[in-house]
Parts: sequence; C-alpha cells; structure tokens
Amino acid sequence: MTAGALVISPYTVTPLWLMAALQVSVLILVAAGATAVVLARNPTRQVIMVSIYGVLLALLFMVFQAPDVTLSELTVGAVALPLLLLLALAKVRRNEE
Amino acid sequence: MTSPQRRWIFLVAAAGMLAFYLWGLIGLPGFGHYPGPYGDIINAVAVGQTHATGVVSAVNFEYRGFDTLGEEFILFTAATGVATVLRHLREERDTAAEDESSDRQVPVTSDAVRMVTLAFIGPTLVVGWYLATHAQTSPSGGFQGGVVLATAFVLVYLAGQFIVFKRLSPVDLTDAVDAIGAGSFAVIGLAALGTGAAYLANFLPLGSSPGAVNSAGTIALISFCVGIEVAAAFVLIAGELLEQTLIIREGDR
Amino acid sequence: MHVFPFVVVAWILTVGLYGIITSRHLIHQIVCLIVVQSSTYVLLLGVGYKTGAVAPYFYDIPPNTPAVDPVVQALALTDVVVEAAVTALLLAFAVQAHKRFGTLDPEELRQFQG
Repeated sequence: MTAGALVISPYTVTPLWLMAALQVSVLILVAAGATAVVLARNPTRQVIMVSIYGVLLALLFMVFQAPDVTLSELTVGAVALPLLLLLALAKVRRNEE
Repeated sequence: MTSPQRRWIFLVAAAGMLAFYLWGLIGLPGFGHYPGPYGDIINAVAVGQTHATGVVSAVNFEYRGFDTLGEEFILFTAATGVATVLRHLREERDTAAEDESSDRQVPVTSDAVRMVTLAFIGPTLVVGWYLATHAQTSPSGGFQGGVVLATAFVLVYLAGQFIVFKRLSPVDLTDAVDAIGAGSFAVIGLAALGTGAAYLANFLPLGSSPGAVNSAGTIALISFCVGIEVAAAFVLIAGELLEQTLIIREGDR
Repeated sequence: MHVFPFVVVAWILTVGLYGIITSRHLIHQIVCLIVVQSSTYVLLLGVGYKTGAVAPYFYDIPPNTPAVDPVVQALALTDVVVEAAVTALLLAFAVQAHKRFGTLDPEELRQFQG
C-alpha cells in the first residue's frame, strides 16, 4: 500500500466522499464548540457547554472509526467531569455567602 | 504588567508558536494516508496471538500493559490526593447534610427525578458490568465500564439522599476495593513472572474461539480489575466533593 | 482534507491557551485546560486514520480487513482517563484555595504567594 493508494475493502459501505464530508462538518462543529466553551465566562454555563462539547467530541471520534475512545469520552467528558465541576461550583458558591 | 499588555504579548507569542506548530503538523503524511508499519502489523497478528477480537483492548492490556498499569495508578493517586487535599481544615466541622444556600430557592427533589433515576440504577449497573467484562470482544473495556458503574452510585444519590449514598459506599470499603483493583493488576503481572515469562505476559489459557467471553487469557481478568478500580476511584472522588458541598461547614454556623 | 484536521487541532490548542491566559475565575481556567487536552485526542486519532478503513474490531469481519491504527486509539483512551484524574485533583485544589483565601480570581491569588 503506497501512500497515495486508496484502501477499499468489501466492508467499506459508506462512500468515501460522504465519509469525508461527515468528517469535515463534525470537525468544524468541534472547533466552534471549543470556541464556545472558552468564550462562556460564567462557570455554570460553561459546564453545560463542556458537556455538549464532550458529546461533539464523541461524535467526532465515532466518525474517525474509534468506538472505544467514543465510549470513554462520553462517560468521562459528558457525565463525570461536569458532575465534578458542578459539585466544586456549588461548594464555592456556598462559601461566598 | 497589566492585563491588556499580557494579552498582546500572548497574541504575538501565540502567532509564533502557531506558525511553528502548523509547519510541523503539515509535514506529517496527509490525513488518511497512514504510512506507519505498527498499526498494520498489530492488526494482522493480534487476533491470532491473543484470541481477542477487540484489538484496542488487546493493545491496552497486553501489548502495552505496562502503560495501563501506570495510568491506573495515576487514577488511584488522584483519588488519594483528592481525599488528602479536601481534608478538614482547623475551623471546620461536620453538620447535617442539608443544602443551606440562601441565595437560591432549592426545590425539593421532584418525584419524576426520583422515579426515573431509581429506574435507571439497575440498567446502568448491568451496562457497566457488561462493558467491564467484554473488553476482548467488542468496543468495551475496563475504563468505560468503571465510569458507568460509578455513575450508578451517583444515581443513587440523585434518587434518594446523600446519607443513602454514603451508606452504600462507605469510605473504608471503597478504599479497599480501589486498592484491591489496583493491586491485583500488579499481582497478575507478578504471577506471569512466576511462570517464567516476562512481566505481564499472557499466561492464562487463551480459549478456543477468538471473541468468546472466556478467551484472551489475562486481558479479560485485567480489564475486570481495572473496571472495579476505576469505579471505586470515581465514587471516592465524587463522595469527597459531595461531602464538601453538603456536610462540611465552617465555623459556628 | 489532507491538513484540515491538523489545522483544527492547532485552532483548539490556541483557543484553549487564550482562555487559560485571559481567565478571571479558577474553575473557568480548569475547563479551558480540558479543551487544551482535547486537542491532543483529535491529533492522535487524526494521525492514525486510514481512508476507507474500518474500526479495528474483528468480531464479525475477517481479520485481514484494512483497519485504522489501534495503538493511537489505546493512547487516546489513556489520555481521556488521565484528563479526568488531573481535573479532579485541580478542582480539589481550587476548592481549598477558595476556602483559605476567599477568592477564585487568579489576579488576586497571585498576591498570596510566599
């Protein structure tokens, strides 16, 4: 397999142009999601944004043919991390009274 | 140095760093033209050598099992670190587990939330167990299963009260489970040494057919140990933060 | 399409760094660190991708089907778990800093050094 040859097997059912279009669109969504996470200054809103960003990343990993990493990113980035962040924010907000 | 100055310096430095970074990244072989030999070699030999059809898990727990051992101990250390950093300060004491924030009206947990989370505890446990024990056949693995199992415990807190969560996962028991999970990974590696092979070599019977649940030797066992270790670590971390939020108060309030 | 994923990786890294440097809230900084770490996942998976290949799981396909690189997927899996551990520890530090100093602003926290 040289660097320029396309690798096609009987198990590639999605057309190559459709796969490329999917990947490009999800990459653009991920870039926009990262910008939105950084630009959200209120920490509580940012936690919701980071959860959505985790789901977008999981979608990207799925399109890159990596289901194991998708599962990890979904459980960690969209559930466990926002939970820890919200708990820390609740503690900090209580201390501010 | 004021903040706008710092921002301008960052923009200049970021432009330079971005130029070098892009120059390096564009020098890679293009996206989709994967040249390297290792991926193809591992894909070709993994199923025959380990009888595991999930090649990523085979790489994680056998071909690069030492890295996974290090990563598991990172999680173990993080759980210990969180418990140490969030210890009681001198002027703090434990109070009843009530949410006492005065600036927001905290509604009582609605019945819908309680019923739905209660209904989901069982399926979550089953899914987590399935993920932790099927690492060698399909896209599952110890880590995913462990985090899903930990989520089941958090659902217990959502469905009931904090005291129920604490009673189902006492700190001593969770600590012990965490240590057992992390330690058994290292012990399995040492047991491989006992049979004369290298550390963490696959010495258990490989099973007859690739992809069955009882195939792939130590991969299934290690994945299960990692699963319970990750679940215990996340339950510890979440429990520590919940305790901070709900129980530990300052001074004489 | 040859370089577009790597350009996105560089963009996510820069945006995350900008967030860390211009942040006024410690927990906002921690979330921007999560964004920076996520750029490495995209880079790892982008390097290992092969056009027209399938996921490296041979449960129902013959074992010599062209598949993407499994080694970088294992590395990315490790990366995700390490991110969770680091974030948990950083959050614990932030909570204790707030208890001791009363503020979560990095500018004001800088005066408490030493």
